[in-house]
Amino acid sequence: MFKVADSPLDGRVPDGAIADKWDNRKNELKLVSPNNKRKYEVIVVGTGLAGASAAASLAEMGYNVKAFCFQDSPRRAHSIAAQGGINAAKNYPNDGDSIWRLFYDTVKGGDYRARESNVYRLASVSGNIIDQCVAQGVPFAREYGGTLANRTFGGAQVSRTFYARGQTGQQLLLGAYSSLMRQVGAGKVTLMPRREMMDLIVDEGVTRGIVCRNLKTGEMEAHTGHAVVLATGGYGNVFYLSTNAKGCNVTAAWRCHRRGAYFANPCYTQIHPTCIPVSGDYQSKLTLMSESLRNDGRVWVPKSADDNRAPNEIPEDDRDYYLERRYPAFGNMVPRDVASRAAKERCDAGFGVGDTKQAVYLDFKHAIERDGEDVIRSKYGNLFHMYQKITAENPYQVPMRIYPAVHYTMGGLWVDYNLESSVPGLFVLGEANFSDHGANRLGASALMQGLADGYFVLPYTVGDHIGKHGSSLKPLGNDHPVVQEALESATSRVNSILAVNGTKSPDSIHRQLGQIMWDKCGMARTAAGLKQAAEEIRGLRDVFWNEVKVLGSGDSFNQNLEHAGRLADFLEFAELFATDAWHREESCGGHFREEHQTEDNEARRDDDNFCYAAAWEFQGVGEQPVLHKEPMEFNEVALSTRSYK
Amino acid sequence: MSGQGMNLTLRVWRQAGSEDKGEFRFYQLNNVSEHMSFLEMLDVLNERLIKLGEEPVAFDHDCREGICGMCSLMINGQAHGPDNETTTCQLHMRRFRDGDTITIEPWRAKAFPIIRDLVVDRTSFDRVISAGGYVSVNAGNAPDANCLPVPKQDQEKAMDAAACIGCGACVAACKNASAMLFTSAKVSQMAVLPQGKPERARRVLNMVAQMDEEGFGSCTNTSECEAACPAGISVDNIARLNREYLKAVVFSDEGV
Ligand SMILES: Cc1cc2nc3c(=O)[nH]c(=O)nc-3n(C[C@H](O)[C@H](O)[C@H](O)COP(=O)(O)OP(=O)(O)OC[C@H]3O[C@@H](n4cnc5c(N)ncnc54)[C@H](O)[C@@H]3O)c2cc1C
Ligand code: FES
Repeated sequence: MFKVADSPLDGRVPDGAIADKWDNRKNELKLVSPNNKRKYEVIVVGTGLAGASAAASLAEMGYNVKAFCFQDSPRRAHSIAAQGGINAAKNYPNDGDSIWRLFYDTVKGGDYRARESNVYRLASVSGNIIDQCVAQGVPFAREYGGTLANRTFGGAQVSRTFYARGQTGQQLLLGAYSSLMRQVGAGKVTLMPRREMMDLIVDEGVTRGIVCRNLKTGEMEAHTGHAVVLATGGYGNVFYLSTNAKGCNVTAAWRCHRRGAYFANPCYTQIHPTCIPVSGDYQSKLTLMSESLRNDGRVWVPKSADDNRAPNEIPEDDRDYYLERRYPAFGNMVPRDVASRAAKERCDAGFGVGDTKQAVYLDFKHAIERDGEDVIRSKYGNLFHMYQKITAENPYQVPMRIYPAVHYTMGGLWVDYNLESSVPGLFVLGEANFSDHGANRLGASALMQGLADGYFVLPYTVGDHIGKHGSSLKPLGNDHPVVQEALESATSRVNSILAVNGTKSPDSIHRQLGQIMWDKCGMARTAAGLKQAAEEIRGLRDVFWNEVKVLGSGDSFNQNLEHAGRLADFLEFAELFATDAWHREESCGGHFREEHQTEDNEARRDDDNFCYAAAWEFQGVGEQPVLHKEPMEFNEVALSTRSYK
Repeated sequence: MSGQGMNLTLRVWRQAGSEDKGEFRFYQLNNVSEHMSFLEMLDVLNERLIKLGEEPVAFDHDCREGICGMCSLMINGQAHGPDNETTTCQLHMRRFRDGDTITIEPWRAKAFPIIRDLVVDRTSFDRVISAGGYVSVNAGNAPDANCLPVPKQDQEKAMDAAACIGCGACVAACKNASAMLFTSAKVSQMAVLPQGKPERARRVLNMVAQMDEEGFGSCTNTSECEAACPAGISVDNIARLNREYLKAVVFSDEGV
């Protein structure tokens, strides 16, 4: 199914002790003088935490920036939906936290499949993020004395999570957005909303710009500059049902992949343990109930499989608090992959609850008895409200019913230590890259990573590329052959989708793709299932190109066409996903291969053979991709079996 | 209702483009489950339209969790429909009855031109923010976060205002299409926090000027905006904006 490259891939990690690497790298990087910065244009695709923070920072430094998103406003990027919080090693609660401990927890939480040096840098700038956000006026929760408050998240035994009610992502994004809008007002950033990136423009191996479709008018536009920063988020919607916003897609990343950017670890998907279960076949998305709820909620199922009593009628003795039973040290706060698998295990064994038996209880009874309803309301009011809206049940009175759902994608475009992809001049930030979370992301660390990348890493590293190449890269006009070619290829792709004129809606095909992914590439994977998934995906791709029906035209606002275009890319990407999952003959983090588990059903890694990031090189649709292996070296945190017992 | 779903008549605004004259069209939709969200009901309608060869109804949406502010819709004349503090994406069909006729229209305001069907252009909101809805601090300049204690009650007040999702329901609900609730929420958030104090005078002056320039109407204190707001933003913020504005005009050097 694939070929392997001869030589290992180099992550270009700087020399020196782990704590000095970032400083060492900063000292080596080329600088662009303040007067010269204004001669350069940087294209930032995506305005979530990663993109908005990068675009604002670059403009503050003096670069000219164009910022793109597909929504009508940068403020609506999917980061807005993050609920629970953001980690930082501030050690304000004085409970023994440190940069090293946050680094260690993240490496371990990622099941030893992340790049150590990146994670260390992430932990070391985490404190600056909180400072920056507070300076912007982000209203983080506070104690009565006026200092910042913290809560605990999964995979940690310290309180290091900062939060703004259940709307942390919203407040952080609005902070970054306000900085971005300040630069728009100052004329340093040009906003390009309602644009979908359709292609990357590459000339002689160097990134020169992008092609995007103006979603309002349908016009194809080329935008060229001196560097492209991609911060287009994750690809969880390849599963159709996920906690992601409906527009989240792989299109921008996939188009870059087709132009030479390696795609790393596509199979690493995070299935979040606490989501509202599926209720019907019209279901369009799944809703997360934040991990922070596990601070006060206890997860249980009945001890007896055929216990049909209402939850409140089941006495303590007949309840199985299975996380507390299996993992006494971390209890309900085990990492997500562990909690999700444990829920699936109970449901598969027949202990699930509710009509579908595909759910477990998350119960706040004890917390309400202990702290009172008002305290619980002040911490989680908006989540309880949301739960009640969707299910028509009152979680102050009856336990929530929850089930795992696709939530986050650790895989993404491969980047080196500078966050530069395998195509020079293309930088990738946030959820769209692969580098910091290994095979499983800890809660509250995606927000941290997005802002670390955008405020504190990229602004330095992009200068190195521009310092080296900037003066030789003259802007390309629309008549340049590579620009022409990219424009034509994007236009012809839109036209071919419209030309199929079959009978099946994009949504119906997308749902089918989601079913294949969930059944065979979801929480439990097998070699045979993955092989079959790859075949079914190829088949479904043919169905798409022969039977999809998209009405309307390419030169107008056409949401169905947008969806079809994204689906076409998911259908190519999904095959790589299955191939990656099939090739990785081990279990690690969110990647669970049934063949590779311990007697008590924990993931069994194979460090001798798979301690690498799998970076795939595109060879053509349906062609065997080339696998580049970047060895993951662990010099600081010794490789060991994760235990949360 | 259980088992059998509801039968509904939908009266939907269709408009091919910003320059076109729109019209209402009627669609019959049967067997709608009470557990569906309002947008899922529209998804079902659109799937049916595609089968019939009619272009699906365009409507904005993204998170479907009530937080991104992308969804909109006037539902039976109410912004985001009948439920309090609920966006259209969080509204569920159990709120409606078998046999209902539901009228679905876009936000209507001069500053929100229609793009297609139920989709409008709200970039005017972004321009109001870019006129002053920020603290002027560059990345890399910030002191330690705990250097600046903020009383818990001030932080809570700021958070109440900062919860605005920027959907535009306040404008759509207001007979003058005023953007006062939106603008005042941002002005308030910054006015109660110490971080926002240095720029408070120019912020309020510039944001109000931009609001006027975008063609939003003036505020006549009918509080329709508060009633329609899915994020529970209070009209107290408008009072605070007015105080801020007055102070800026009278006491600051920024002038008007
Ligand atoms: C419900 C939910 C709750 C979460 N809670 C937390 C939490 O509490 N803590 C935490 O740390 N993490 C959380 N996460 C994860 C975290 O929110 C995301 O990983 C993170 O916000 C991603 O940020 P980003 O900037 O990389 O991308 P996004 O915020 O997804 O932004 C992507 C941007 O790219 C643009 N874009 C995408 N595709 C294209 C295209 N083809 N063309 C043009 N533009 C495009 C979009 O318009 C958008 O502006 C949560 C995630 C979900 C789904
Ligand atoms: S779709 Fe995001 S608020 Fe409704």
